[in-house]
Amino acid sequence: MNLNYTQEQLRFRDEVRAFLKAELPQDIRARLLKGGYAGPEDVRRWQRILHARGWGATSWPVEFGGTGWTRVEQYLFELECAVAGAPAQLPFGVKMVAPVLMRFGSPAQQQYFLPRIRSGEDWWCQGYSEPGAGSDLASLKTQAVRAGDHYIVNGQKAWNTMGQYADWMFCLVRTDAAAKPQRGISFLLIDMKSPGITVKPTVLLDGTPEVNEIWFENVKVPVANRVGEENQGWTYAKFLLGHERTSIAGVGTSRRELARLKDIAARELREGRPLLEDPRFRARLAQVEIDLNALEITNLRVISADEKKGAPGPEASILKVRGTEILQAISELLVEAVGVRALAFAAPPGGLPGPAYAQGLAAQYLNLRKLSIFGGSNEIQKNIISQMILGL
Amino acid sequence: MDFSWTDEQQMLLESTRRFVADHYDWARRRQIIASAEGRSAPVWQQFAELGLLGLNVPEAEGGLDGGPIGTMLVSQALGAALVVEPYLSSAVLATRAIAKLASQQQRSAWLPRLASGELVAIVAHDEPGTRHNYSAIDTRATLSGDSWTLSGQKAVVYHAPLADLLLVSARVGDGREWGLFAVPRDSPGIRLQSFTTVDAQRAADIELDNVSLPAGARVGGDVAADLPAVLDYGLTALCAEALGALDTLLAMTIEYARTRVQFGVPIGRFQALQHRMADMLTQVEQARSMAYLAASRCESPSEAERSAALSGAKVVIGRAARFVGQQAVQLHGGMGVTDELAVSHYFKRLLAFELRFGSTEAHLERYGAYL
Repeated sequence: MNLNYTQEQLRFRDEVRAFLKAELPQDIRARLLKGGYAGPEDVRRWQRILHARGWGATSWPVEFGGTGWTRVEQYLFELECAVAGAPAQLPFGVKMVAPVLMRFGSPAQQQYFLPRIRSGEDWWCQGYSEPGAGSDLASLKTQAVRAGDHYIVNGQKAWNTMGQYADWMFCLVRTDAAAKPQRGISFLLIDMKSPGITVKPTVLLDGTPEVNEIWFENVKVPVANRVGEENQGWTYAKFLLGHERTSIAGVGTSRRELARLKDIAARELREGRPLLEDPRFRARLAQVEIDLNALEITNLRVISADEKKGAPGPEASILKVRGTEILQAISELLVEAVGVRALAFAAPPGGLPGPAYAQGLAAQYLNLRKLSIFGGSNEIQKNIISQMILGL
Repeated sequence: MDFSWTDEQQMLLESTRRFVADHYDWARRRQIIASAEGRSAPVWQQFAELGLLGLNVPEAEGGLDGGPIGTMLVSQALGAALVVEPYLSSAVLATRAIAKLASQQQRSAWLPRLASGELVAIVAHDEPGTRHNYSAIDTRATLSGDSWTLSGQKAVVYHAPLADLLLVSARVGDGREWGLFAVPRDSPGIRLQSFTTVDAQRAADIELDNVSLPAGARVGGDVAADLPAVLDYGLTALCAEALGALDTLLAMTIEYARTRVQFGVPIGRFQALQHRMADMLTQVEQARSMAYLAASRCESPSEAERSAALSGAKVVIGRAARFVGQQAVQLHGGMGVTDELAVSHYFKRLLAFELRFGSTEAHLERYGAYL
């Protein structure tokens, strides 16, 4: 056992750091390190920069234009990007639909879509959840009826992240209403410019329209845009959810936010002394940092095991639960660090009083409640742990 | 980044596990605990034959030089079976103290006998007022002419009643300097008040009343910097013991949930209990990560790095010990609070883990000092 990175891994990390130092736009870095959001333009811009370096889709196999990096290198890359304040890559294309296309897509689909995903030309979104199908995803009702060489899609999707900017959606639809829920689902690629699609943003508790409701009204989708076989979509959907989870723990993001928390706690005063020196606050800070240290090693253990097995296992659920709990705990401490100041929430631009670092902390805390709900709620993850790992 | 064991380490782990399975079952353990001495001389001899007692003796001096990882693996296997022999006290802590601090003459006098099982030694550091703050000791050693005189008190010293040799820490001179002194347990002026701990191990409070020792009894020079590193090394082994106990306790609980039928189904089918066990597993896996980190960093020359790893491990494993221990009892229902089932004994060992070598709070503070 050796918990140190190898010389080669350290050299790799230096290369990533040098790249980030040279190429990550200063305005984006500054904003994200202060807790700001990455907007769609930031995400697109960063994807173009990554692509120019040959790192547009680092997790892909070399034959599809990936890097062939090991999982540890992949992990280090994502960690360093997050710590440095780079926007997270949009996962829906690079990490979600792309592996499905590589494994189950037609050559034509692969040739058309994959390069456009890597370059950032297409923005992808996910059409999974519905108003009546959340954790119980297989109960989805959006319907696709075959009509010649098209499907006619009708129904409604919900909790669609950033679909208002999307060019394409990968979408689960019901193609056989009579079959068992899991057996009658197909996996379609839908052009978001198709007539009959209505996108309506859902304003979240922090005031941002991060997700959408999407309606399909007689939307025509070519059969050529179905991935794999009809009624086998559930298999592909599960493949997608089990794929590429090296960064599911979000260690890099938590490291970045923890650094911000320490910085703020050093500036905030309590009875004339920095909050950082308050024994109770310090103990809570220590606790969350220790939890993050433990998670980081667990993450590396899971990655190493995956590397040997060649496939990710259900242990990723442990990483998801702990990772989200820790980042949520940091976001709580950030709010507590500035106290009542966090309540100053909205004003015309430049109009909020108080230190700049206090702005947006409440919004972030509110926004990050989503972490334990999306991507398979933490309760679903615990079902997976108890069934797949503990065999209960 | 590598999480695998060498062939030697794997063999060490397996031979320890096999020994425990073959020679230290639950009935045997009960007998040993009920015996007058609270330990088994034959088991100790077999430990010696397996090389376990020489694991922390350098190779050049006839040992295995298994290092922290070897020690972790053995301790994990012993903890998994709640072994009560003085392994951590003598073969890890005292042996390590001698191997790191003692003179050549002392090493050749003691290390071979420790490795052969002939000699049992312990380190007596904690005192009634220290609460395991390493530096809060108050025992005094004064030199007059050729002899040292030791006076003071040591508290809850595991395995002291079974030890031949006590390695006692004390303040020297103006008090900034620390000394470590080798005190035969039967020295005049030593009084042991012996007891059995909550986790069925033998221990004692030690009173030192003007204990007179020859000049050669001092082990090393000023150990103010080095003794904490030795104690941290022992803490690494304690963390591994706790991990072993956690693994067994979780496995027992899952097995119970699979077989105990209520309302016509195994209770493991109930989601409220499934999620509890998922939480238990999550904590055990975090504990494992931190036990690995502790073993990897416990020899670091940087006090900051060592503190981060060791105190981090103590906090994470301490929280896991409490949560998993309490929930294992809870999930076993009435059976969980009986003496008959092993569950309550694991619970008590994990309670001892939490309190020994500094509480969770104390280690949060130590970690926090380097934030």
